[in-house]
Amino acid sequence: MAKVLLKGNEALAEAALAAGCRFYSGYPITPQTEILEYLSWRMEEVGGEFIQAESELAGINMVLGAAAAGARALTTSSGPGFSLKQEGISYLVASDLPAVIVDVMRIGTGLGDIAQGQGDYWQLTRGGGHGDYHTLVLAPASVQENADMMAEAFDLAEKYRHPVLIASDAAIGQMIEAVEIPEFREHDINKYEWTIKGCKKGCEQRKIQNVYYTNPNYETYLKEKYDEMEREEQRYENVCVEDAEVVLVAYGISSRVCREAVETARAEGFKLGMIRPITLWPFPVKAFSEAKEAKAFLTVEMNILGQMMDDVKLATNANYAVDHYGSIFEIPEADGIIAKAKDMWKKGEI
Amino acid sequence: MAKEIICAGFGGQGVLTAGMLLINAGMEQNKNVLFYPSYGSEMRGGTANCTVKISENLIASPVSKSPDILFTMNTPAIDKFEERVKPGGLLLVNSSIVPADRSYRSDIQVIKVPVTEIAAEENNPKGANLVMLGALAANSDLFSIEYMESAIVSFFEKKGKGKFNEKNTACYRRGVEGR
Repeated sequence: MAKVLLKGNEALAEAALAAGCRFYSGYPITPQTEILEYLSWRMEEVGGEFIQAESELAGINMVLGAAAAGARALTTSSGPGFSLKQEGISYLVASDLPAVIVDVMRIGTGLGDIAQGQGDYWQLTRGGGHGDYHTLVLAPASVQENADMMAEAFDLAEKYRHPVLIASDAAIGQMIEAVEIPEFREHDINKYEWTIKGCKKGCEQRKIQNVYYTNPNYETYLKEKYDEMEREEQRYENVCVEDAEVVLVAYGISSRVCREAVETARAEGFKLGMIRPITLWPFPVKAFSEAKEAKAFLTVEMNILGQMMDDVKLATNANYAVDHYGSIFEIPEADGIIAKAKDMWKKGEI
Repeated sequence: MAKEIICAGFGGQGVLTAGMLLINAGMEQNKNVLFYPSYGSEMRGGTANCTVKISENLIASPVSKSPDILFTMNTPAIDKFEERVKPGGLLLVNSSIVPADRSYRSDIQVIKVPVTEIAAEENNPKGANLVMLGALAANSDLFSIEYMESAIVSFFEKKGKGKFNEKNTACYRRGVEGR
């Protein structure tokens, strides 16, 4: 298929349809509203259901219903709206249901603002709702990845019967790049035996219920499910990590600037590298074994607290200096990242 | 090296379309392209801008600290972005509405074209952005004058608006002439 120019949000929406998604229910909020707007006309063309729900809560719970019936179901939000979806995500997990939920991150706590941000890392990776769970989290860094990750997200969701989150941000969502939308594929809503249908007299009744009620071995079942995800689904990209003395760790839009920082620093003779987590959960611990010469790790995130530092410390057994280069309201700049990395390197020498 | 362009003006002056025309021209040459609009609660008659990057290599950030080209359609756009232009860079000014006695940085090339008046003369008032694109093509090495014109034509054809192309190219060519 030829490349077209699409906004990140639009590419994500079109690619969801290509992946067989035929149910969407969501609520508008900047900077993700283009997904809703696009699907409001496009979903009908492909014969699916689009519902602008009365709230995010309704949206996520309609997704739960559609998922229980076997549909590839999607909802999307940002910031405050994404918080409202947490209860439903917890229920999806409890019910062993696949679904894809997109968070086009914006800045700030509470209402925050509509500028790009990466402040939802903890909420995305720690299980943002109540209870004892994780969700798989994929982090695209381009419009093309926004498109490519949709089929992967739905496939993973069904493989594990578990919700998958997409950690996009306002920059990825709002920018336009040339993108190739993957081939359309059909999804058969009767593909899986666990989905619920109308039940004729005499046929065995299927139920979607909390796995805690239905599975006497739920403790082992759930533990094994998360263990398998951690073992099998770590995704990452390492850029010049093997001989790097300082390693940047960044995802999404920040990782693009870090790639530029690595190139610029290396041209000046400073051995900088980057680990780019593509899954935020499971965190790609495996990526860190390649960092054999590293003296320090620097996370680059659009937030104040450096939320990913915890995971970097765990991945490196807290044996290294770990710091954070944060940018608020602005996308980080390569010069500032290099300066901070050099600073860490000098301290490491002493 | 990436070529970085900021297009800015009043909403309705076609600055976002100008940005789209530029990345479409880049994409059709198989270059990496990126367009980042200002977004959010804008109002009618307010300002609009977008950042465009066109490169042989991967493009990192969607924002531009120092654009090679600043494509402006009004005075507030110059006020806001002139200081960012790369030394030796190009500033395109709409002399139909920007006061003639305005002074500019001396280390950049400033091209003044009365694009609003030219578009009106061509009976295509919405084509002022195309006049400015003509001036951009004539005064930079981003795209050849002929290629930019063909890319504009194909962009509108793809959008089903090919019937306006005669008027549109007339505007573009006046911009190339600069008057």
